[in-house]
Amino acid sequence: MQGLTVKGLDCVRGDRLVFAGVALAVNPGRALLLSGPNGSGKSSLLRIVAGLLPPAAGTLAWEGEDIAADAEAHRRRIAYIGHADPVKPGLTVCENLEFWARLYGLDPEIEPALYQFGIEQLADLPARYLSAGQRRRLTLARLAVGQNSPWGPPLWLLDEPATGLDPGAVAMLANAILAHLANEGVAVIASHGGRLDDALEGHADRLDLQDATP
Amino acid sequence: MIGLVLLIRRDLKLAFRGGTDAAMAVVFFILAATLFPFGIGPDLDILPRIGGGVIWVVALLAAMLSLERMFSADYEDGSLEQFVLSPLPMVLVALAKIIAHWLTTGVLLLVAAPVLAVFYNLPGSAFVPLIVSMLLGTPTLSLIGAIGAALTLGARRSGVLISLLVLPLYIPVLIFGALVVDGAIAGREFGDLLTVLGGFLLLALAAAPWATAAALRQAIE
Repeated sequence: MQGLTVKGLDCVRGDRLVFAGVALAVNPGRALLLSGPNGSGKSSLLRIVAGLLPPAAGTLAWEGEDIAADAEAHRRRIAYIGHADPVKPGLTVCENLEFWARLYGLDPEIEPALYQFGIEQLADLPARYLSAGQRRRLTLARLAVGQNSPWGPPLWLLDEPATGLDPGAVAMLANAILAHLANEGVAVIASHGGRLDDALEGHADRLDLQDATP
Repeated sequence: MIGLVLLIRRDLKLAFRGGTDAAMAVVFFILAATLFPFGIGPDLDILPRIGGGVIWVVALLAAMLSLERMFSADYEDGSLEQFVLSPLPMVLVALAKIIAHWLTTGVLLLVAAPVLAVFYNLPGSAFVPLIVSMLLGTPTLSLIGAIGAALTLGARRSGVLISLLVLPLYIPVLIFGALVVDGAIAGREFGDLLTVLGGFLLLALAAAPWATAAALRQAIE
């Protein structure tokens, strides 16, 4: 029961110490909800765990192994959804999703993922015609691609994933996360509260980064 | 390698469906080269003498037009972060973007160059050397330009910054490219000049993808 373990993590952006001494542990089958005001370092923490940002101090481990020892293996176990939607307006919904699935070496069978996020009827529509919420659904559908395969990434890092989603889509996202946790996956989610947090009640622990802000 | 091909294919699709960047470079290439004869007059002795140099200068500026967009769209929509986390090494991401840039800009300039050669009354003997020199020179422009585009990612007025960074590095390619055409017109041997252009290409190919990848990683931190 090890999953993700973080100890003594410091984050510095420019000259500002964003947070210091953050420690957390997320076991397989559990989620961690990060909360805190704007600028408290939720996104930075996710980016550090993803390996997109170097920590100023501290250690990160997966299944007890130091993440820094094998960065490539760590990248393979991550599904990271940031603030932005990596969706190309010139490609159709289907082409967008298929590109990322193939690039990540996942099953390019993407119809089930489109169904899971309720955008199957938009499959052949160029993404330039999508609303902000539909673009977000398309971004999140990447999580569902390969979710049930043994090669699916076990660590989901989601930065305010419910932004711009209607209640129905939030429920779809919650179902995807719960299915991931049922598969012994781990999820770390930056959140400002709301329906997603409610849906994950009982499956998630909480960490308020305000407590770690100097 | 599959990832490399995937990314090139995606960028080509986007370029041909969006169309504006690639078309803009070629239209600029033809329009800007067309302006010179209006400025200096239609003297059939002068035009062939300056033709090679003008075509090369304008090709260089046209190739630079689309550099700013080389990585910025992927940077703004979060694709670049996803590339860093993907199994495709960043060096190959950079190489794929460079190849796609050349295919959508350099190749079109190559196709348009003979038209301008006719416009400048270049002798038939200069056509093949012009095309071969551009075949060797334009990929070098994309490779060097990629470093500038990656270094200025996220900066304000990145277009101007790219020009300041990249233009001095383009000068050797310009000199040798224009010399090849001049040599062909004057009936001089130009094989060695093409070899030098090939050397520039190999040098840029060896260094630029790595430098670009390092700059891209820096940009997303």
